Amino acid sequence: MLQRSFVFLFLAGFALVASAPLLIAAAPFESTMGLIQKIFYFHVPSWIAMFTAITICGVASVRYLATRSRSSDRLALSAAELVVVFGLIGMLTGPLWGRKAWGVYWQWDAKLTSALVCWLVFVAYNLLRRFGGPGSERLAAGVAIFGMANVPFVYWSAHLWRTVHPKTSVVMTLDASMRPAFYWSAFGFLLIFGTLLAARTRLEALRASIDDAYLSAEDL
Amino acid sequence: MQAPSPAAPPPSSTTAPAQDEFVPISELPADEKLPAAPLLIAAYAVVWIVLAVYVWTLWRRFLRAEQDLKQLAGRLPPAR
Repeated sequence: MLQRSFVFLFLAGFALVASAPLLIAAAPFESTMGLIQKIFYFHVPSWIAMFTAITICGVASVRYLATRSRSSDRLALSAAELVVVFGLIGMLTGPLWGRKAWGVYWQWDAKLTSALVCWLVFVAYNLLRRFGGPGSERLAAGVAIFGMANVPFVYWSAHLWRTVHPKTSVVMTLDASMRPAFYWSAFGFLLIFGTLLAARTRLEALRASIDDAYLSAEDL
Repeated sequence: MQAPSPAAPPPSSTTAPAQDEFVPISELPADEKLPAAPLLIAAYAVVWIVLAVYVWTLWRRFLRAEQDLKQLAGRLPPAR
C-alpha cells in the first residue's frame, strides 16, 4: 500500500536518528551544562519539525479556504497531526533538560507558555476534525491559521521578554565542533517528518476515495 | 529620637555550612547531586516511544482502510 520509496526514506530517517548518539557522544561537552546539554540535539530538531508542520498546515489551510481544494485540506489535516507528535517530543524533552539546568521541570514563562499554547491550538484542531462533524474543515482551517500566526511569538518570545529559556540564536552561534551532531539529528528528524507526512496524506487520500466509492455504490 | 537598636544577633549555629557559603559542585555529597545521564537517556527514549506509538497507530489505520476497501469491493456488482 505504501510505496517502497516512502519506506526506504522512512527507514533512512530512523537510521539517522538511531545513529545520532554516536555523533552526539563525540561532540564536546558544553562548558556550563555538561552532559545534560546533549538533550539539545533531540529537543531543537523536534521543534524544527513541528514549526515546519505548522507552516505546511497553515499554508494548506489558507489554500483550502481560498480554493476549497480537498487535497490541501488533506495535507493540512496530516500536518496538524504531526504538529502534535513532534510538539509532544519537544514538550517532554525540554522539561527533562530544565530539571537539571533550572532545577524545575516547568516554568510559566513567556517562551514555555507560548509554546504550550501553540501546541494546544493544534491539539484543538485535531479534536475539531475528529469530533466536529461535517463542515468542521473550514472552522479547523481558521484555527490552523491562528496557530500559524502564533509561531513568530513563540520563536521571538525569548528575545522580547525575560525568560529562563535560552535564546534562539544559540543554534546560529553553535560551535563548529557541535554542528555535525546537530545537523545529522535535524536532518534525520526532518526525513522522518517528511515520510510520515507523505504516508499520512496518502492514508487520508485513500479514505477519501473509499468514501467516494461508497457514495457512488449507493447511487447504483 | 529613638535609642539605637541593639546589634543583630549572630547567625544561628544550627545553620548548615552549605547554606552560608559557596560549595563547589565537586565537593557536594553524592546524594545532593542530580545525575544528568538518566535525564538524557529518558529524553532519547521519549523520542523513540512517541514515534513508535505514532507509526503503530498509522499502520493500524492503513490496515483498517485496506479492510474497508475489501468490503467495498465485495459490495460492488461484478464488472462485465
